Amino acid sequence: MAAALEVRNLRKAYKDVIAVDGLQLEVQSGECFGLLGPNGAGKTTTIEICEGLIQADSGSVEMLGMRWQTDASELRQRLGIQLQDTQLSEKLTVFETVRLFRSFYHSGPSPAEAIALVQLQEKQKARVGTLSGGQKQRLAMACALVGDPDFLFLDEPTTGLDPQARRQLWELIEEFKLAGRTILLTTHYMDEAERLCDRVAIMDHGKIIALGTPRQLIASIGVEHVVEFSIGRESAALTLSALREIDGVREVTAQNGSVQLQVTELHRAVPALLAELNRQGLPLTELRTHSASLEDVFVTLTGRRLRDA
Amino acid sequence: MPDKTRWVYGPLAQMTLVRFLEFTREPEALFWVFIFPILLAAGLGIAFRNRPADVLKIAALTPQLAQALRQEKLLDVTQLPRAAAEDALRTGKVALLAVPGPAGSVVYKYDDTNPEGRSARMLADRAVQRAAGRIDPVASADQWLREPGSRYIDFLIPGLLGMNLMGSAIWGMGFAIVDARRRKLMKRLVATPMPRHYFLLSFVFSRLLMLVVEVGVVLGFGSLAFGVPLRGSIANLALLCVLASMSFGALGLLLASRARTIEAVSGLMNSVMMPMWIVSGVFFSAQRFPDFVQPIIKALPLTAAIDGLRMNMLQGASLGQVAPQLGVLGVWLVVCFSLALKLFRWR
Repeated sequence: MAAALEVRNLRKAYKDVIAVDGLQLEVQSGECFGLLGPNGAGKTTTIEICEGLIQADSGSVEMLGMRWQTDASELRQRLGIQLQDTQLSEKLTVFETVRLFRSFYHSGPSPAEAIALVQLQEKQKARVGTLSGGQKQRLAMACALVGDPDFLFLDEPTTGLDPQARRQLWELIEEFKLAGRTILLTTHYMDEAERLCDRVAIMDHGKIIALGTPRQLIASIGVEHVVEFSIGRESAALTLSALREIDGVREVTAQNGSVQLQVTELHRAVPALLAELNRQGLPLTELRTHSASLEDVFVTLTGRRLRDA
Repeated sequence: MPDKTRWVYGPLAQMTLVRFLEFTREPEALFWVFIFPILLAAGLGIAFRNRPADVLKIAALTPQLAQALRQEKLLDVTQLPRAAAEDALRTGKVALLAVPGPAGSVVYKYDDTNPEGRSARMLADRAVQRAAGRIDPVASADQWLREPGSRYIDFLIPGLLGMNLMGSAIWGMGFAIVDARRRKLMKRLVATPMPRHYFLLSFVFSRLLMLVVEVGVVLGFGSLAFGVPLRGSIANLALLCVLASMSFGALGLLLASRARTIEAVSGLMNSVMMPMWIVSGVFFSAQRFPDFVQPIIKALPLTAAIDGLRMNMLQGASLGQVAPQLGVLGVWLVVCFSLALKLFRWR
């Protein structure tokens, strides 16, 4: 199967910041591909070059077998785009907005059908200004779908939404996946990528530092579990080096009074940890374990957490 | 497969419709474009309306004098006893007091620094002399200039119309464009297959739609409420309005071509419009400014628009006669539009 998107040696610099630094990327037709990374990693610049909104300094982008330089108008017809924080006109109704966007495309669902796709039927006649954040985002999605696109770009689709609105949007995106659309999604939520994406690329400083399915990436750090604990005010007294000696512990990091251990075998590491704390005479105030996630992959690769990166 | 059911209008029609809807759903904009000019015209029209020449109140001490003075229609004569008459003069209730003097003469008491007093003196003396048998050596007649076309309101309405054309075009373009840029709506539209020039054309077409209403409101009000004349050809008037609106629109486009915030574009627009409100002859003739600045004033688009409108409406000027004004507007249109296209920021 041919790649729906092929990006080669993409480079883009703004004044003194290199936003995208020799990026290689391939998205297969029909897959949902996630571009992950902290804010400022170059995700939006990459996606906007692919959308034909920004010119790259060098490198090439080939999409659906076409290039921006020669087939711009045909490409525009076949892409569905949802930009990061676009505010649609507040004085128009939902229906008027979708009808406007529908008028730009040769073919696609009717405005009412597109509105039904994102479950906004009840809000058809409501002004955009009266919608909630999640409803606005669904409207943006309807505007992206109204041209029946072969390729869908979603730039941080759930940023700033409450948990319920995020889940609604995820269900929507899962339906698009089932309908066989190719999707390129950026996000800085690792749980979003794990749930939605067939493959993910982790970006940092304009480069891809890891690529694979979420399962592969998590397996690649050789850790299955993460143990997190804190010992309240006594944290200064803790000897970290002793923890590294525990059987099955790979990595120890301490941050803001809480300590993280990356662990391969949970059932052996936890009793050993408790024994060690007991030996040092420190009281345990909090203990959590979770399966390793993409977040842990990012921490392992960069030494930073996503949120503070 | 292209689906041609009835909701599929062309993108340009949709863009224009959306502009128009957005405008009509903005109460402030409706007020400034439609209500404000009417209020202004009504207020100024009433303040500067032509009143019939005032009748001056004077007092006389004797019945003979009072009778002689009553021959003059512009005087309202009261006969009063001396004390009451002196009091009325002092308090300004009468402009002049006629007192019999020695040997059949008449003495006029009035404040000579007050124009009313001086007018009353001339009118009273003429009445007294005529009553005594004077015959004017030269016959004279009056012709009053009160016909429509030369009053202040006639001067004002084309001025307000020009100001309105400028304001709605520049504000309409400036705010809408910068707002779309600020909300990243412009970027979103650029990401669709819509040809970029449709975005600009939609402003042109919605402007033309609004123009009909705008011009209609101001001229209709002027003509119905004050009888302001429309002496020139209506087609030429329409051409002038359209060209003026397009030139101002191009200027608005230029002002909004790079600004990213509403504050920035407001400042730019006001600094461009304010001087024109003052020097371009909206409320008083631009001729009052010194000669050496006249060429500059004449080259301003608002001056050209207002001069052209006045010549058409008040003097019934032909298209040839307003050619210089059309030329000035045309140059502004072409220069601003091409500059704006070069500078325009689509993101």
